[in-house]
Amino acid sequence: MTALVRRLLVLFVRIMVGARSEWRGCTPDTRRRIYFANHNSHVDTVAVMAALPYQVRRLTHPVAARDYWGTSAFRRFIAEKGLRAVLIDRKPLPDSNPLEPLERLLEEGRSILIFPEGTRSSTDEIAPFRSGIYRLACRFPDVDLVPIHLDNLQRILPKGSMLIVPITCTARFGKPLRVEPGEGKDAFLARARAAIIELADGGRTA
Amino acid sequence: MTSLFSIVLAAILGLLAVASTIGFILQRRATEPGSVATVQNLNARIRSWWIMVAVFGGAILLGDTAVVILFAFLSFMALREFWTLTPSRRGDHLALFLSFFVVLPLHYVLLGTLWYGLFSIFIPVYAFLILPAVATLTGDVNEFLARTARVQWGLMLTVYSISHAPALLMLETGTPPALLLVYLVIVVQLSDVFQYVWGKLLGKHRFSPNISPSKTLEGLIGGGASAILVGTLLYRLTPFSPLQAAAVSTVIVVAGFFGGFVLSAIKRDLNAKDWGYVIEGHGGVLDRLDSITFAAPLFFHIVRYWFTA
Repeated sequence: MTALVRRLLVLFVRIMVGARSEWRGCTPDTRRRIYFANHNSHVDTVAVMAALPYQVRRLTHPVAARDYWGTSAFRRFIAEKGLRAVLIDRKPLPDSNPLEPLERLLEEGRSILIFPEGTRSSTDEIAPFRSGIYRLACRFPDVDLVPIHLDNLQRILPKGSMLIVPITCTARFGKPLRVEPGEGKDAFLARARAAIIELADGGRTA
Repeated sequence: MTSLFSIVLAAILGLLAVASTIGFILQRRATEPGSVATVQNLNARIRSWWIMVAVFGGAILLGDTAVVILFAFLSFMALREFWTLTPSRRGDHLALFLSFFVVLPLHYVLLGTLWYGLFSIFIPVYAFLILPAVATLTGDVNEFLARTARVQWGLMLTVYSISHAPALLMLETGTPPALLLVYLVIVVQLSDVFQYVWGKLLGKHRFSPNISPSKTLEGLIGGGASAILVGTLLYRLTPFSPLQAAAVSTVIVVAGFFGGFVLSAIKRDLNAKDWGYVIEGHGGVLDRLDSITFAAPLFFHIVRYWFTA
């Protein structure tokens, strides 16, 4: 049943937003990876999942905010069953480690998909990254971090609208990166953010 | 109509078989990287032609409703390709939503129910006034005129113009209307194919490097003349005399040229090489239908004005 829902969800997204993938800096691989993407629409997560080949998708868990995706039974079902998402707290209690569920998945050899901007931006600008991605990168120095640029999603379902306009979206996968020895948090976050911005350029003529 | 249509379909399938054979031979002969790429692209195009002929031919055989639904779907894909490349702002969101899910379906319903009067004015009068009106509600005046023009042209090219091909089914000329549509599609598409073939074989003088770098003067003239010749020979599909068929084919071919050029000019303006990616070797739906956008309305009105009772 949930497998069927999953398939239908992917099919629906493929029809509605195209969800085409373009592997620029790497190829699809079932090894554990940390995918990170720019975030400006509710469709982002499903779009990336739909763009991943099935073998990779089934091993990949997107991260979703509990304060949005956990608020109703329907959203919970779509997130947890439909997308195999992990719900995490955006404002965790002081003593807890919100990244803990992600670390556990990576330890099990699974891949995760995160949106380091933390929240959807309402402009085309990519917001500064939060530090979670840096902490994960330090904790798993041998895991590739794959940047993903999503185009057009802002226009497909902008913040504050419920109306989907079926423009095609392309998920562009860039060259994997890792934390360099001695690289500080700010430098790494800037480099990761630049990797996504770089993918945005010249996409149309490629 | 079925017997005539069967003959035409058989002829097209025969042509495709010949094309596939030539493609296969060329593939075995090609050695240098440049020609290998060309032959691969050629074979991808031929494969896609098989599919396009199967889809279009199948819809014709299934009947008018299937044809209208097919074109509604093609318009949807084309409109989507148009907006994927064309910039829009948050303030256009509702207008775009209405274009896709209200204007496009309603327009094709009017076509399917043969309501010609409203069909012909629904987009250029009502949609063109209502969509900018809706856009004002967001209060975004940034580039308002240019944005309105884009919304209107998107609908004009991909929905209104393209729909004039299936609209031929409305016309009573004494010949089965589906054959008129077949005639239009054959002349337009053969003109493109012949231009490609003539251009590859003899092309030297580039016609318009800024807009369409691969088009050559030799391709345009040779391809256009060949398509007009075929259009004349196929006069039995139509209510035209051979001479009239020659004249009408000429109009179709010239309009088709400009359809291709105008859509290419928009692509260049948007820094894109192709409109989309769904038809292997061709690009997007709009890359394949660019000539139709200009040829269909002209052909429709020529037939409607001079050849209907």
